[in-house]
Amino acid sequence: MKRTLLTGNGAAAWGARLAGVEYLPAFPITPQTEIIETIARWIDFGEMDCRMVTLDSEHSMITAAGAAAVTGVRVFTATSSQGLLYGMEMLYTVAGWRAPFVLVNVSRGLASPITLEPDHNDILAARDSGFLQLHCATCQEVLDCILLAYRLAEDERVRLPVIVNLDGFYLSFTREPVEIPDAESVARFLPPFDPENLGFRAGAPLSEAVAVIGGTPYSYFRYQSHLAALNAVDVFAENAAAFAQAFGRTYQAVEAYHCDDAELVFVMMGSFATKAKEAVDRLREAGEAVGLLRPVLLRPFPAADFRRALSGKKGVIVVDQNLSMGKGGVLHTELASALYGYPGTTPVLVSFIGGLGGRDISAEEFYEMHAVTRQAVSEKRAPAPRLLYTEVELREMKKIQAIARVQGLKEQQT
Amino acid sequence: MYRIRFHGRGGQGMKTASRILGTAFFHAGFEVQDAPRYGAERRGAPMFAYVRAARQTINERGIIRHPDLVIVADDTLMGTPTAAVQQGITGQTVMLIHSSEQAQVWRSRLNLAGPVFILPAFEAARDRLELRYIGTACAAAAARLIGVFSWSSLEKALREELAGLGESVVEKNLPHAQQAYDLMESHQGTVTPGAAVTAESFTQPKWIDLSFESARRAAPAIHAAGTSEQMKTGLWRTMRPIIDRAHCKHCWWVCSTFCPDGVIQVDAAGCPQIDYAHCKGCMVCVSQCPNHAIEVVSEQAAQLAEKAGESK
Ligand code: SF4
Ligand code: SF4
Repeated sequence: MKRTLLTGNGAAAWGARLAGVEYLPAFPITPQTEIIETIARWIDFGEMDCRMVTLDSEHSMITAAGAAAVTGVRVFTATSSQGLLYGMEMLYTVAGWRAPFVLVNVSRGLASPITLEPDHNDILAARDSGFLQLHCATCQEVLDCILLAYRLAEDERVRLPVIVNLDGFYLSFTREPVEIPDAESVARFLPPFDPENLGFRAGAPLSEAVAVIGGTPYSYFRYQSHLAALNAVDVFAENAAAFAQAFGRTYQAVEAYHCDDAELVFVMMGSFATKAKEAVDRLREAGEAVGLLRPVLLRPFPAADFRRALSGKKGVIVVDQNLSMGKGGVLHTELASALYGYPGTTPVLVSFIGGLGGRDISAEEFYEMHAVTRQAVSEKRAPAPRLLYTEVELREMKKIQAIARVQGLKEQQT
Repeated sequence: MYRIRFHGRGGQGMKTASRILGTAFFHAGFEVQDAPRYGAERRGAPMFAYVRAARQTINERGIIRHPDLVIVADDTLMGTPTAAVQQGITGQTVMLIHSSEQAQVWRSRLNLAGPVFILPAFEAARDRLELRYIGTACAAAAARLIGVFSWSSLEKALREELAGLGESVVEKNLPHAQQAYDLMESHQGTVTPGAAVTAESFTQPKWIDLSFESARRAAPAIHAAGTSEQMKTGLWRTMRPIIDRAHCKHCWWVCSTFCPDGVIQVDAAGCPQIDYAHCKGCMVCVSQCPNHAIEVVSEQAAQLAEKAGESK
């Protein structure tokens, strides 16, 4: 075990290395590229025994990853944003094959307009693909979640691919202290991939999902994937317990921070959630009973965990770093559907959209979201969803539009 | 918590500087977070890097709004709005500027309330090779101003972070770092860790309700032609290409075609002319010129020479 400073991308590469990855199909994209560059260097220097192949696109890359995984080798790959979308067709396809492997996505906002900075619309576009999703808040979690993801993907009760998500810049290029576990203890926690439950052997070929079929078999296969995904809640908990035993770090499907005695609870995912933790600490110093819930597991959605943790709470401050056009925050929607219609006091859910395209969320904004929600609780009514956007930002935006000479500027400025 | 921000241009070693400081903090038993931030353009474009260091787990993340120390490696950034060097600076913020001007000049020019220290740029500017050491010099001077590490622990961090560049690079950097470290001796410990923004009393964010606007206005289109001309990418330059007329063979299309910014025009006489308002200093032309007719000088030295010429 060694504690050192690593970027999120560095931690991802270490996760793949310690997992004993055997095959890596790759295609570059900012801000992910450093992951495959790091692994490529290790392979070059003979520090890692892995076959790396550069493909012509993410579409081919994910196809290659799925195809290799169903032959029983441990596969790793990584992408980001537009790359994930370019491979979207194959995400659904290989998940349907029940190909167990791990894909790291480094979150970055989607075009148009284009940005390099993070939000979660890329990863949420893959929400219904059949891939399970783990969301990381720190560089340490990136490494750990990759190990957890392989155990989850390869478990015979699951056998589905897993995406481990980390935020671009805020994790990908940020160094933090990370404990790198030694290879022997990782090998005990995560033994080599046992392809037994794949049913594939050299000399006994099989075809993957070739036929065009009707609704009856189709429904069966699709629902089986759903059931397998649901199993992953318990399997994740089992694995996390074994992980805690082996490495002393505890993971839960939903991380709870100061929630037990909290009246109001922030709900956020990804690295911005650590900012919410900081806000919880400061608000507690100011005497407020507030906590944080952060889904590590987003697919399957840990609905029961949320119900348990939020039962008896007065208000929930949902901060979505994503936007479903014409609906709003995805996490807000998911949470509402998990809580609606269950007995017990239902807290007031207040929806905020913030951090789109890496836009910062200030400490003051966290405090203000808390104040707004406290007010909503006393009025027993949730206000309209709010985009975190200030007067100064709008002024800056107007300036940009003036430079771009957008039409209708004159009449609208008056 | 210490909150430190480095401002420089892509290629000036600010990422490395932030890592040297981060590693030094880490070895001194601090929890650390360090990160660079840049856009799509790298070399020469304004960028920043930051370091947070504390005795407890760090939950803050992303840009530093209220820095305890700001290091500016390139004083031309002071007048570049997008570089946002002065953002969030208070009377508590210590400024360290790599510049050929005096501290007093910057203090009055920018109306700075806090302490300002100068890492002198005179000598470095004359020899462009010396500019390579700005990053390590900045890190070392910053380390002394913070004052919680010895020279030997800083040297260890420096060696670790530069190891990938080879032993000779490390040895060349060390004296520059040591010099900068010594220079700040009498200011050791000037930088003090700042407090977090309290929730007891805070300035309410001025949120607005974003209202609908027609797509004619709200679609991300640029209607004005030639807006890129307004972007003076010449400000990004740390090195300046100069065409040596005595050696230029007027093969004209080579440099002008390869220039990725299209800023080399060939005049009627077949002579290539560089538009310095937009030349970003990437040195592609230098490497492509078959006659080795394009020289490279440090931008700072070139500007000093220009100024001297004007005042004569
Ligand atoms: S490539 Fe070199 S020799 Fe040719 S025109 Fe340009 S500067 Fe002159
Ligand atoms: S190619 Fe030469 S002239 Fe063109 S931007 Fe680069 S340095 Fe400037």
